[in-house]
Amino acid sequence: MSALGELQRLGTSKGGPPRKRDNKAAFLFLLPWFAGLLLITAGPIVASLALSFTDYNLIQPPEFNGLDNINRMFSDERLHRSLGVTFIYVFVSVPLQLIAALGLAILLDRGLRGLAFYRSAFYLPSLLGSSVAIAVLWRQIFGAEGLLNQILGIFGIAGKGWISDPDTALSTLIVLNVWTFGAPMVIFLAGLRQIPVMYYEAASVDGASRWTQFRKITVPLLSPIIFFNLVLQIIHAFQSFTQAFVVSGGTGGPSDSTLFYTLYLYERGFSRFDMGYASALAWLLLIIIAGFTAINFWAAKRWVFYDD
Amino acid sequence: MTDLKERAVPIDTTGDPAPPRFVLPGWITSTVKHAALILFALVMLYPVIWMVVSSLRPNNEIFRSPGLVLDSLQVSNYSTGWNALAEPFGHYMLNSALVVLGCIVGNLVSCSMAAYAFARLEFSGKKWWFAIMLMTIMLPIHVLIVPQYIIFSNLGWVNTFLPLIVPKLLATDAFFVFLMVQFIRGLPRELDEAARIDGAGHPRIFLQVILPLMLPALATTTIFTFIWTWNDFFSQLIYLTDPQMYTVPVALRSFVDATVATSWGSMFAMSVVSLLPIFLAFLVGQRYLIKGIATTGIK
Repeated sequence: MSALGELQRLGTSKGGPPRKRDNKAAFLFLLPWFAGLLLITAGPIVASLALSFTDYNLIQPPEFNGLDNINRMFSDERLHRSLGVTFIYVFVSVPLQLIAALGLAILLDRGLRGLAFYRSAFYLPSLLGSSVAIAVLWRQIFGAEGLLNQILGIFGIAGKGWISDPDTALSTLIVLNVWTFGAPMVIFLAGLRQIPVMYYEAASVDGASRWTQFRKITVPLLSPIIFFNLVLQIIHAFQSFTQAFVVSGGTGGPSDSTLFYTLYLYERGFSRFDMGYASALAWLLLIIIAGFTAINFWAAKRWVFYDD
Repeated sequence: MTDLKERAVPIDTTGDPAPPRFVLPGWITSTVKHAALILFALVMLYPVIWMVVSSLRPNNEIFRSPGLVLDSLQVSNYSTGWNALAEPFGHYMLNSALVVLGCIVGNLVSCSMAAYAFARLEFSGKKWWFAIMLMTIMLPIHVLIVPQYIIFSNLGWVNTFLPLIVPKLLATDAFFVFLMVQFIRGLPRELDEAARIDGAGHPRIFLQVILPLMLPALATTTIFTFIWTWNDFFSQLIYLTDPQMYTVPVALRSFVDATVATSWGSMFAMSVVSLLPIFLAFLVGQRYLIKGIATTGIK
């Protein structure tokens, strides 16, 4: 069962018969984890909420400035730009990536010879995709004289500088994210394997077409996995940083067309050391991600189907 | 299962009976399918293969040769690239290796301890702590990075590997805690009971019974930590600003910005070098990688 499944169920589980508690041993085993929660995760979240209401440059002590940072957000046009860029990136690339993942998983399902080979070939880009090296490669491929234009040239098509054109720069990053569909594909493959073959056999006997079988058997029975992939890939895409940073040379350019939210956060916090505003930006990101995750969980009640 | 009967099985068969269809012989459809899949795999991997080939070409040819045929073998890109930065590239590889090693040890020790508690011990508020742990899996590092940076810079840890390694010693990669909890839950409890009857306490049950049995989960953790840490750019970029301390991703990025478009050959060469450990880890640990993401499902 996935982490999300556990989380959904925790709210409804009744819990078994009471067992002997072992608080002391548990505390010792969890000591590193508790320390991490306090110092590395929960503590910093609270701290950054407090810093959101300050002006802080790391050198002078933080200075309370009320709602200044929030007011600034409303008039910060680069912030609005970065939100727009990030939303387009997330809501275009994640559906495309999941459609590719599901399509390939269905093609590869059940007794196909060479399955292990295909699975590896499609999965490998997921491992490489977040590296600086692949971002370097992308910069060459979509450059004015890059690989893509060389190949287009063979067919007599004139290319352009895909990365230097603000209209297409973001698309090259979307392509890169779709390219890493292998990880969700592997999860879909594992899920498809859980669907009993007899459902399809029964449906075939009743004369159901492949498409009907897909809609009435595969999609409902796979829906928890589709949901899982959707939630995680959305969260993941909101956090993309490396590719946009390397491809744009750290600027989010041209004309802020690849200014991902995380790039803007990095620029405010770690180039300008505008830590108060960066904290407020970090909290806004948390609220946005939590909001979309909550919407996903809420919508899940309507379309995700649990088998037990 | 009762739900399923209501929702999945009633297939819509009210339409006209399907006309008899012409069906292609099985071997033709299967050949077409394999040809399409192989072609698609080739398109997917082509850029990477092309980069490897191009790293062996002279600079001026990289922008003229979309193909994969090499006229001559130019190894000099590798020696130029290796020595293009302040330190030989091996220096950055060593830095990365140290960070990776620290993170692996940290994750193995701290996550397995936490997982044992969540999987085998009863304690007050367990349900809530477990829910919190699951939620931290989804927590973006960007939300934490500002206060973390303030803490670590006050400790004087900027430009050391400590900000990268210490969080792993504190089980903050909750994904692995969850993966190990799942694994331990699958181990028969009779083994613990037998050890307890023999007088073993929790530390001994953990070390001598559970740990040896969870080697596959530890292997999965090792290999994912290796790949994620080796690729990690964001936190290494923030904490390592002294060129002496650069890891591979940060060094590679400084290389890109320094050389602009003049020496793609050596840049490709070092990119290939930087991907080599990932590729080897993939070859060696494929089984664990596939299993790991298939059972718990995160990239």
